[in-house]
Amino acid sequence: MKKLKILIKPMLLLLAVPMLTMLTGCSDKIAVLNPQGPVARSQYHLIIWSLIMMSFVLAIVLIIFVYVLARYGRKKSAGYDPDDTGNRKLEIIWMIVPVVICVLLAVPTVKTLFSLSNPPKATAMQSKTAGKTLTIDVTSVQWKWLFRYPNQKIETVNYVVIPAGTPVKFRLHAYDAMNAFWVPELGGQQYTMTDMPMKLWLQADKPGNYDGRSSNYSGKGFAHMTFKVMARSATDFDSWVQSVKSNKPALTHEKYMELLKPNTVKPQEFSSYPELVSKDLNKAQMEALMNGDPVETDKMNGMDMDKENNGKGGHDHND
Amino acid sequence: MIDSIKSFMGWFFVTGDPMIYGADASIALASIGIVAVLTYFKKWKWLWQEWLTSVDHKKIGIMYIIAALLMLFRGGVDALMMRTQLTLPNLHFLDAEHYNQVFTTHGTIMIIFVAMPFIFGLMNIAVPLQIGARDVAFPFLNALSFWLFFVGAMLFNLSFVIGGSPDAGWSSYAPYADVEMNPGVGQNYYLLGVQISGIGSLATGINFLVTILKMRAPGMTLFKMPMFTWSILITSVIVVFAFPAFTVALALMTIDRLFGAHFFTIAAGGSPMLWANLFWFWGHPEVYIVLLPVFGIFSEVIATFAHKTLFGYAVMVWSMVAISLLSFITWLHHFFTMGNTAPVNAFFSISTMLIAIPTGVKIFNWLFTLNKGRIQFTTPMLWALAFIPNFTIGGVTGVMLAMAPADYQYHNSYFLVAHFHSTLIAGTVFGIFCGLHYWWPKMFGYMLDETKGKWSFWIFMISFNVCFMPMYFLGLMGMTRRMYTYPAGLGWTPINVVMTIGAFGMGAGFVLMAYNIIWSAMHGKKDATGDPWNGRTLEWSTASPAAEYNFAHIPEVSERDAFAVTKEKRKAGNAGTVKSYAPIHMPNNTGIPVIMASFMFVAGFGCVFEWYWMAIPGVIGVIACMIARSFVYNDHHYISVEEIKRTEAATGRLS
Repeated sequence: MKKLKILIKPMLLLLAVPMLTMLTGCSDKIAVLNPQGPVARSQYHLIIWSLIMMSFVLAIVLIIFVYVLARYGRKKSAGYDPDDTGNRKLEIIWMIVPVVICVLLAVPTVKTLFSLSNPPKATAMQSKTAGKTLTIDVTSVQWKWLFRYPNQKIETVNYVVIPAGTPVKFRLHAYDAMNAFWVPELGGQQYTMTDMPMKLWLQADKPGNYDGRSSNYSGKGFAHMTFKVMARSATDFDSWVQSVKSNKPALTHEKYMELLKPNTVKPQEFSSYPELVSKDLNKAQMEALMNGDPVETDKMNGMDMDKENNGKGGHDHND
Repeated sequence: MIDSIKSFMGWFFVTGDPMIYGADASIALASIGIVAVLTYFKKWKWLWQEWLTSVDHKKIGIMYIIAALLMLFRGGVDALMMRTQLTLPNLHFLDAEHYNQVFTTHGTIMIIFVAMPFIFGLMNIAVPLQIGARDVAFPFLNALSFWLFFVGAMLFNLSFVIGGSPDAGWSSYAPYADVEMNPGVGQNYYLLGVQISGIGSLATGINFLVTILKMRAPGMTLFKMPMFTWSILITSVIVVFAFPAFTVALALMTIDRLFGAHFFTIAAGGSPMLWANLFWFWGHPEVYIVLLPVFGIFSEVIATFAHKTLFGYAVMVWSMVAISLLSFITWLHHFFTMGNTAPVNAFFSISTMLIAIPTGVKIFNWLFTLNKGRIQFTTPMLWALAFIPNFTIGGVTGVMLAMAPADYQYHNSYFLVAHFHSTLIAGTVFGIFCGLHYWWPKMFGYMLDETKGKWSFWIFMISFNVCFMPMYFLGLMGMTRRMYTYPAGLGWTPINVVMTIGAFGMGAGFVLMAYNIIWSAMHGKKDATGDPWNGRTLEWSTASPAAEYNFAHIPEVSERDAFAVTKEKRKAGNAGTVKSYAPIHMPNNTGIPVIMASFMFVAGFGCVFEWYWMAIPGVIGVIACMIARSFVYNDHHYISVEEIKRTEAATGRLS
């Protein structure tokens, strides 16, 4: 029994540590478990479902574990049977149960997976934005985020404003190193790559500010590669666009080349951008262009299969 | 002239950091110390004849383990430096560049220079003894494998003081790791160091595959092999199929960096994603290369200390075969978030989940081995028992990660870091510590102290949970891996403080284990019988440590758990017939492996700095060693009957 006692203590500790963390930490600090949009919510449901199933598995293992140690861990425990070396029936059971669990997990996984490649359902109340989507081109540069609004023709750095309740299609590019675009409260991440534009649908339920960061290591300034996603009501969004257009400087060619250098910068915004910016050139292509060499643009279509949406299909708040 | 020397030295040696100067000084002092001690005690000849030139699998195994323990110390110090830096927000213990180097070397060292060589060491010690063989199939190649690993590890570690360490992560994703964004020699060290030791690993895989298939004692059919031997057989197959992909990937990136090719670059049609594919096509099976052997160790230890035969032997074997096959079709789950279409991610989600089935089956078989047993809580058994719940946590979070849409939220976060440490520490590290305590008497002829062993177990195991359980929550809070610092006010600080405490606790557990090794070397209980644990398999039928030739008579096997069966027969009064000795054929020691590996080191170092005047002679030296070896006709000797009698009498085994 003494042996059992020394075993039980760490077991309790093992369970207590995460529990305490859970209880003492404010739950809204756990971004992934605090979804603020339909994409994050569908992933949250999947996470909770898997957590339930896996807790069940873990519980069974722990119960049998504690039982056998308690029952057969004593010096003179009865029931010692060295010839107990197999049991076809039991072995079939614990082969079938995991198969069932896998099926129970695989079905919602595949369903969610396919649903995430489509835009989430718009929930904005204003008829003006209902059924419309917004496209934003995101480019990761060592160590900053550039956001381009192809329809509004404005550009921001290290923060992005989106209309709440409207599905936003982020088209992701990398200028140099690979990064990953992650806003945990709005949904899971996607990489940015130099040779393949990627697509990520996100939507915020209501106005608010959400933390975003690069989650894929890209060098010295990686830890500082954060950005804010500011969800605003459709009218606030439109007036923000207007104010940027009328009050902020234009992104000049020189300023753009400055931004492409590896460093960290403050959030900023520009009322327009030169044509070069919308070509989404990567570092090698840009250097070739600057040297007057031919630019290879054999881009793969990647995630962005729906051609009709290339810079035109998004809704335009200025109409 | 003096200025140019000065500027060269400033570039060649890593400068400007007091910690590095400290390392420089301690490396120099340690080297001088080792040389002085060897010279004073006139041990150079002994070192050369008994160890450096040895082709004895037991000695090679011991050298693997010593090297792996040293590397574990270095990797552990790396971990503690990272944890110190992250204890509180905005600390300046390490700067970004230094931190990036430290997490890169931590990962690379722990996987390539700790987990693998530790396992190779244990399998070198145990497998030939378990199958009743006198050595491995290719003893020369075995020595060469070790020395290639060793010089690879040394080359990699040299980067700390000469030239600068790699900083692209152990996964070294292109394009960041390519020369466009990562100039300098650091990444070259990674490529060459890992490549050289990888050649040794591939050779080890081939060697043990052949050894197990061809050199088993008469009567030991495949399905009568001990479970550890089974796990090594399957692991060897994985090594042989997985390592070539990595060898090629490393070679391609080396060509990119040294000769300006464009396999993984942004420019000229290179494909950075190709690196991710090649890396993980090796990288995922690699996980099972370091896990299946410890499954084997746990199977042996649990059966021994439950005093029962393993429950569901055949199912245990087939589940390992299933894991090995599945391990080759899951690599893409490491980059679900790299733009694959939904059907592709669906396939790899499901294939990854499937691994849970054979793994779960194994967990239940271990539990039912314990059931109806007579459980004895020795130190190795404690490590094996702790593995079950702790590894299950790593396993179930693995299933959670396998669900691609959920993985979009876990990927690259501390949730992922917590998961793979749960599997690699509760699996691999617990396993190698378990194997170390279990086979220690077989290696050295004395026991590790049980009390100190148990203390180090409890301290390490509890600290492991303190460190890594909170980490799951940190990941869900949005903290990503490889951040050298974080701002205050995100609620991350308390968890980071707890994790650092846990990490130092693990360090304390390891220090106590090291102390136990030193203490036991002086005061440890002698193992006179060769069978201190009442073992079930053939390695316990020999003396501790086993004679050079392992078995005076090659054992004959009729059942599983061959030695347990023999002991029962002896108890029943059936001692077997007394046979006369015959001279034993053994391979000669040879200095060629260590010399050849040294040339490989020279070639590797030359390539790191792109000094081809140095690299080319190194390669020529390697080829010269191969030629020299092909002219060695007399590569074996016989141990005479007199000597066998003398050796057997010394351990009281003369029949």
